[in-house]
Amino acid sequence: MIDYSNKEYKVKVGLAEMLKGGVIMDVINPEQAKIAEDAGASAVMALERVPSDIRSQGGVARMSDPDMIEGIKNIVTIPVMAKCRIGHISEARILESLEVDFIDESEVLTPADEVYHINKWNYKVPFVCGCRNLGEALRRISEGAAMIRTKGEAGTGDVSHAVKHLREINSIMKSLTIMTDEELFGVAKNFQVPIDLVRGVAKTGKLPVPNFAAGGVATPADAALCMELGAEAVFVGSGIFKSDNPSQRAKAIVAATTHWQDYKIVADASRGLGEAMKGIQASDIPDEELLQTR
Amino acid sequence: MEKYKNLQIGILALQGDYECHKKQLNLLGVKNSYVKLPEHLKKIDGLIIPGGESTAIIKLIDRFDLRDAIVKFSQTKPIWGTCAGMILLSKEIEDNQAEVQPLQLLDIDIARTAYGRQVFSFETQLILDLNGSQTECPATFIRAPRIKRVGEKVKILASYNDDAVLVEKDNIMASSFHTELENNTKLLEYFLDNFLVDKVNI
Repeated sequence: MIDYSNKEYKVKVGLAEMLKGGVIMDVINPEQAKIAEDAGASAVMALERVPSDIRSQGGVARMSDPDMIEGIKNIVTIPVMAKCRIGHISEARILESLEVDFIDESEVLTPADEVYHINKWNYKVPFVCGCRNLGEALRRISEGAAMIRTKGEAGTGDVSHAVKHLREINSIMKSLTIMTDEELFGVAKNFQVPIDLVRGVAKTGKLPVPNFAAGGVATPADAALCMELGAEAVFVGSGIFKSDNPSQRAKAIVAATTHWQDYKIVADASRGLGEAMKGIQASDIPDEELLQTR
Repeated sequence: MEKYKNLQIGILALQGDYECHKKQLNLLGVKNSYVKLPEHLKKIDGLIIPGGESTAIIKLIDRFDLRDAIVKFSQTKPIWGTCAGMILLSKEIEDNQAEVQPLQLLDIDIARTAYGRQVFSFETQLILDLNGSQTECPATFIRAPRIKRVGEKVKILASYNDDAVLVEKDNIMASSFHTELENNTKLLEYFLDNFLVDKVNI
């Protein structure tokens, strides 16, 4: 049986706890990382292309160049995350050897393994994984993920899918809290996850690790909405550096995430930001081109 | 707990693990509230500055006019900073490439992330010197800051290897580690008992 109370795992989840209430920003070079840090980002995600470019340029998206990751690590004091392809054990080991603070085993990159995710228990470095529903979240946690990001459709600037998935996860978690033990066994069977994890959610109504939101966040109001729907922090990908005024927009999204219940502050943060990223409506994307289903 | 019934504790909730501190306060039945703006300091008796990202927290302190308010608060009321909170309370930050200005409420100098990045984060048992008795306590160091200089009048309550990791002076307490990730409330109780209970109940 997996021991979720073991020291190493607690230290991994501990860093996720420290990132709560903050904004984690996608950056593609040290200059952007500096802008993110100055704006109050709680961490940066180093990647070669932001999701909207991956979407428009196509091709295989892979782990970033170690030089680029090192360059970002050297310029900021906040934690640095980096993405590896789903199931790409070797990219994950490379990122661990670079001492990044978190690895995102991410569907935004082209999956390397069509069947298996990485066994994340085998690493010193913590992992974050995306999910669309409670079953996916618990499967990733049973593989050792220390943080979950409930994902929308990356690179669209359309928050609707993040909203849909946050709503769904919350509603299923709530329903678990009133189920009988027999019903919980049924849920564990359907989700293909250990019963202990399902019982844990039934007891607390929450995931056992922090649950952040990601995918399609483009405005301060989008960030506040994710927090309103129970996200504990927000990832912003293309939304900042694909907008007119990245520095000001980054600051505004940070302010709105901290003060998400204070709508005067969210309103002030929303003033005069210029054009948000243009974006594409997530419902216009054909199913086979969706990143979230990977 | 009965002795805490008159207390109202604030937790700085700009970014970080403020929820973990709230859980611990709730375990002891202590009334608490989040501090995000200067006016939230008015009704509280003591302040906890949580772990999180010190650069992000300091930027938000300045953006929402909390710096002077917290400094003024500290003149009459106690503050406990954990991890990032300790960095905020310090006098000087070594290698300060993010160019953030700490609150300078405690005479210690700090090096950030000085035990290494996340792969070197760890949990250990510490012996805390609390009111003359040696208390064992689990402690988690996450990308933890290291105290590089301890001012003359600052009292050291715990060390890890040769580093001071828990210090106090007057009404300020700071720890480079986390106790709030566990259900062990010993250090929180020490803060409440020694810095608050007597003063508020008089």
